[in-house]
Amino acid sequence: MTEHVDIAVIGAGPAGANAALAASRHGLSVTLLDEQSKPGGQVWRARSAAILDAPSTPESAAGGALRQRLQNSAVARLGDTRVWQIERTEDGWVLHLLRQGRVEQRRARALVIATGAREFVQPVPGWTTPGVLGLAGATALFKQDLTLPGQRTVVSGTGPLVFFVAAEIRRLGGEVAGVITPNGRGDWLRALPAMLSRPDLLLRGARWVADLMLAGVPIHWRHAVSTVAGDGRVAAVGFRPLDADWSPVGAERGIAADSLCLGNGLIPAVEAAELAGVALEHRPELGGWLPRRGADGETEVPGLFLCGDGAGIRGAAAAEIDGRLTGLRAAQHLGAETASERAALRPRYARAARFGMAMTALSMPRKGLAELTTPDTIVCRCESLTGGVIAAEIAAGAGSTNAVKSGLRAGMGACGGKFCQTAVARMIAAAEDRAEAEVPPPTARPPLRPVPVSALAGEFDYSDLPIPKPAPL
Amino acid sequence: MIRLVRDQSAQIKRASEVRFTFDGAQVPAHSGESLLAALIRSGHLHLRDAPEDGAARGGFCCMGLCQECVVRIEGQVVESCRAMVTSGLAVTSLKART
Ligand SMILES: Cc1cc2nc3c(=O)[nH]c(=O)nc-3n(C[C@H](O)[C@@H](O)[C@H](O)COP(=O)(O)OP(=O)(O)OC[C@H]3O[C@@H](n4cnc5c(N)ncnc54)[C@H](O)[C@@H]3O)c2cc1C
Ligand code: FES
Repeated sequence: MTEHVDIAVIGAGPAGANAALAASRHGLSVTLLDEQSKPGGQVWRARSAAILDAPSTPESAAGGALRQRLQNSAVARLGDTRVWQIERTEDGWVLHLLRQGRVEQRRARALVIATGAREFVQPVPGWTTPGVLGLAGATALFKQDLTLPGQRTVVSGTGPLVFFVAAEIRRLGGEVAGVITPNGRGDWLRALPAMLSRPDLLLRGARWVADLMLAGVPIHWRHAVSTVAGDGRVAAVGFRPLDADWSPVGAERGIAADSLCLGNGLIPAVEAAELAGVALEHRPELGGWLPRRGADGETEVPGLFLCGDGAGIRGAAAAEIDGRLTGLRAAQHLGAETASERAALRPRYARAARFGMAMTALSMPRKGLAELTTPDTIVCRCESLTGGVIAAEIAAGAGSTNAVKSGLRAGMGACGGKFCQTAVARMIAAAEDRAEAEVPPPTARPPLRPVPVSALAGEFDYSDLPIPKPAPL
Repeated sequence: MIRLVRDQSAQIKRASEVRFTFDGAQVPAHSGESLLAALIRSGHLHLRDAPEDGAARGGFCCMGLCQECVVRIEGQVVESCRAMVTSGLAVTSLKART
């Protein structure tokens, strides 16, 4: 059985949830899908049922308010639902879902994709050691389960997230062994004018840094983690100073720790938009490769709209307004009159986006950081492929991420290339002295998420499966 | 010492404690929390061996993408960062030797 709705929204973060709410207010039937059980997205991820009570945070409060608004709305919510394939039909869209261990389909006249971002972690020797968590990923542990990564944690990465994670560890009673950030103090000073548009956020960040300084936690500016030592679990973290281009220079020092949070900025999750038929373009100021879109989330594909960090990393505040604009634009597509409402929102969106893009600029890795990946470093975690093996494949003529993928299986493993393709693309660009804009990520293929064979059994007819065509080289 | 970020850990109230097993070992947890969080808190970080080189791996992305945190429950391979703790759950690792 498939249900027809006016608008399906993939992703219940600030962008998707607000798109759903805005369209629903215009009387359209809207279904909001997310693989998390509750709405909130990455930034406002809900607490688990195991947390009966805990002090409120700006994230938990904003998430709670959003969940309440959805509760009071006519938006139909489908949690614990993974979209693994998207197909366009004559009269709209078919979404292939994985829900409660089974595949099913839903149909919609228009589609909003708000799949957010994932993080980029520059591979360094030992980054696959248990006890190393993504920097953004660690915040999921804090928000959902109020759980620490370990007893004594090194926190390392770019942009504001590194200080948020360090502060959260201290708030939850943990010990921060040290903060290591590729950004210099000067980078932050240069971002100050853009940050003045949100004095509240500026103050919050300044508090995190001041707290670390008062507590005597060393902050290593313009440094990066260069090795992780430990047999089966983290024992120590090595780090080196960087030059202005973030190339490692100078000797390594070490900090004893049992855990490490490591991240170097966010990458838009573009695969769903790609499957829906949108071309990508390279916009480094917005996080790299993005699906091409026009005003208020519209795209060249009729009935398809995009919003939030998946359409360019601008942060949560911008994602909220972007979601509203995009939901209203989708409603217009289905006959509602929303032009004046959108015109009124655009200045607010521009202001929020300016702040967010200043944070993106701080978070984006500079070229030299790639030098941290030595020939022995595992780059593709799924297939345990090292930088040396991938470099040899590139030298042998694999000049695209698709070619490296089909030659070595780098990107064909369980994660679908989500944690190696950016590093591989940068290796190709560096080896062949090409611009990053000339080396796109591998062509997105279904399934967007792993689909267990058991989910396909039962009522499902194998001939109904959308079989992906082989990747073009 | 002045703290600008207060330690709020004592104010967190969790559901009553339950137990599940990980490779036969008893693990204390709270029902409804993520399996990965419970495993990390009790020091079980090494959840599987990488299929190609046999190296130790554990949870990494905490958002259901990297597949590093997978474990086996009732014969099914599941992401521990997306699975929920229930009392008495029997979880096994994907280690070559346990
Ligand atoms: C792990 C992580 C933690 C972050 N934490 C913070 C933070 O604390 N503070 C901050 O300012 N920014 C944070 N960010 C940045 C983040 O991108 C925010 O700017 C904000 O969450 C963006 O909102 P969004 O609605 O665009 O995307 P998101 O909030 O990421 O929402 C996207 C939603 O889409 C869902 N989704 C994606 N693909 C599928 C699919 N195939 N099927 C079903 N559902 C799908 C996801 O489950 C998610 O809930 C974080 C990013 C990440 C990756
Ligand atoms: S930690 Fe990455 S999928 Fe669970």
